[in-house]
Amino acid sequence: MRQPVKKTKKLKKELTLDQKINRRNFISFTTFGVLGATAYGGWRWLYTSPLEMPGITGGAHKPLRRALNKTELFFRRFFSNNNQVRTYPKSMAAKIVRHNSDIGADGKFDVTAWRLQVNKITGEKLAITIDELKALPKTEIIFDFKCVEGWDQIQHWAGVRFIDFVEHYQLHDETRLDYVGMETPDKGYYIGLDMPSAMHPQTILAYEMNDKPLPLNHGQPLRLIIPVKYGIKNLKRIGSISFSNQRPRDYWAELGYDYYSGL
Amino acid sequence: MKAIKEKHSLAMRWCHWVNFPILTIMIWSGMLIYWANDEYKITLFGHTYVRFFPDWYYHLLHIPSRLAEGMAFHFLFMWFFTLNGIFYILYTVISGEWRDLVPNRHSFKEAFLVILHDLHIRKMAPLQNKYNAAQRIAYTAIIVMGVGSVITGLAIYKPAQFYYLTWLCGGYHFARIIHFALTLGYVFFFIVHVVQVILAGWNNFRSVVSGFEIVDEKPVSIIQTTPKDETTS
Repeated sequence: MRQPVKKTKKLKKELTLDQKINRRNFISFTTFGVLGATAYGGWRWLYTSPLEMPGITGGAHKPLRRALNKTELFFRRFFSNNNQVRTYPKSMAAKIVRHNSDIGADGKFDVTAWRLQVNKITGEKLAITIDELKALPKTEIIFDFKCVEGWDQIQHWAGVRFIDFVEHYQLHDETRLDYVGMETPDKGYYIGLDMPSAMHPQTILAYEMNDKPLPLNHGQPLRLIIPVKYGIKNLKRIGSISFSNQRPRDYWAELGYDYYSGL
Repeated sequence: MKAIKEKHSLAMRWCHWVNFPILTIMIWSGMLIYWANDEYKITLFGHTYVRFFPDWYYHLLHIPSRLAEGMAFHFLFMWFFTLNGIFYILYTVISGEWRDLVPNRHSFKEAFLVILHDLHIRKMAPLQNKYNAAQRIAYTAIIVMGVGSVITGLAIYKPAQFYYLTWLCGGYHFARIIHFALTLGYVFFFIVHVVQVILAGWNNFRSVVSGFEIVDEKPVSIIQTTPKDETTS
C-alpha cells in the first residue's frame, strides 16, 4: 500500500472574480478552438482522401468505401426473408412504367437466339429458353420499385421466383456460395447480389410486365426484379448467371455506389 | 456585484457543437442525393410556387452529378448524427436537465408573450429559468425533429427490413417527403436561432462555449416581468 501523498498546501491567493472568468474563458475557448480546428482538419482529410483502387468497387473515397462496407455488415443483421416489401393491388400499378437506362440492353438483339446461360460450379453450363422458364410456376408481384436516384413507382411484374428457379435446376450447391452474378448478353451491364437477397422469396426472374411479355426497353425477354434492392441491381436482359464466394463485378459499385444497395 | 452563474452543462455544449457540423454535412450530402431526382415542389391549383432548387444554386454549391458521393457521406455521418442525438437525449433525461427544456403547461401561452416581447410589441417578458417558453418549445421541437429525421431516414434507407417504420411514416414516398421537409425545418430553425443568438449578445453566446453567464447578484431588473403565481420554481 502506498501512503497517500500528503497535501502540502501552498498558500494561494483566492482568485478574483475577473481572474476566474478570464481563466474559464481561456480554457473553454482554447478547447473550443482546438477541437474545432481538429474537426476541420479531419473533414479536410476525409474530403480530400484518395479514391479507392479501381476493382470490384471503385470511384469512392477510400474511407467512405470502408464505411459503406462496414455499414452493410451492420444492416445485413436485420435482413430476413420474413421482411417483405409491401405489395399493392393490381389497379395501383403504373400503366406507363418508368424507364431510366438501356446500358447493356441497347443495340441490335436477336430475341429468338437468346438463351439464359447458367454457369454451374461444376463447370457445366445450362442454356435455358424462355419457354422453359415460362413452364415453371409463375409469380406476380406489384410493389413499389425504388430507384437509387430517389423516385419510386408501383409496378407490376411476373416471372419465376429465383428460389423456384434454383429448386427446378438443382442449383443448391451453387446457392451455398456467398454471391450471385448476373450479366447482360453483351456484358455491358452486370450486377452482383449477396445470396440472402437473391434467395429472398420476392426475387423474380421476370418475363412479364403488366401482364404482357417484357418490352424491349424493359429487358426483353428476361430481367431481374429484386424488390429488396434499388433499381440499379434490377438488371435488364439477363444473359448469364454465375455463382461465387467473391463479390462478382457490379456496374454501379465500380462507379462509387454501395455494393450492397439493399433496402 | 457581478457573479458567475452556471448555465450550460459540458455535455449539452459538447452535443450542441458536435451536432452543428454533422448536421451541416448531413444537409449538404442530402442535397447531393436530392439533386438526382429534383422533384419536390409546392403546387397549388396548378401553379408551382416553390421548386427546390434553382440551377444556379446547384452550380454554386457544386451539387450536380454527385449522387454516389452524397450517399457515401450521408451513410457515414448518419451514425454520428444518431449517436450524438442518443447521447444527448439519454443525458438530458438522466441528468434531469429535461426539466429546464421540455415545455410545461404554461409554455404555450407564455411563448406567445415571449414572441410579442421579442418583436417589441410588449414590454414585459414572462419570468423564466434557463430557457423562456419559446425556447423550450423550439429546443424541444428540434430534438423531436432530429428523432423524426432518424426514423424517416431509416424508413427510406431500409424500407423492406424496417417496413414497420415505413408504414408508421405513411409509406416510402411520404416518408421521403417528411425527411426532406424536416431538413427545411432545420434551415428555418438555423436562421431564427442565429438571429436570436446575435440579438441576445455575447454573454449568452459565451455560455454555450464556456458554460457560464455573468449576472448581477442583486439584479436590478431592466426587463419588467409579469407577475406569476408561486407554483413553479
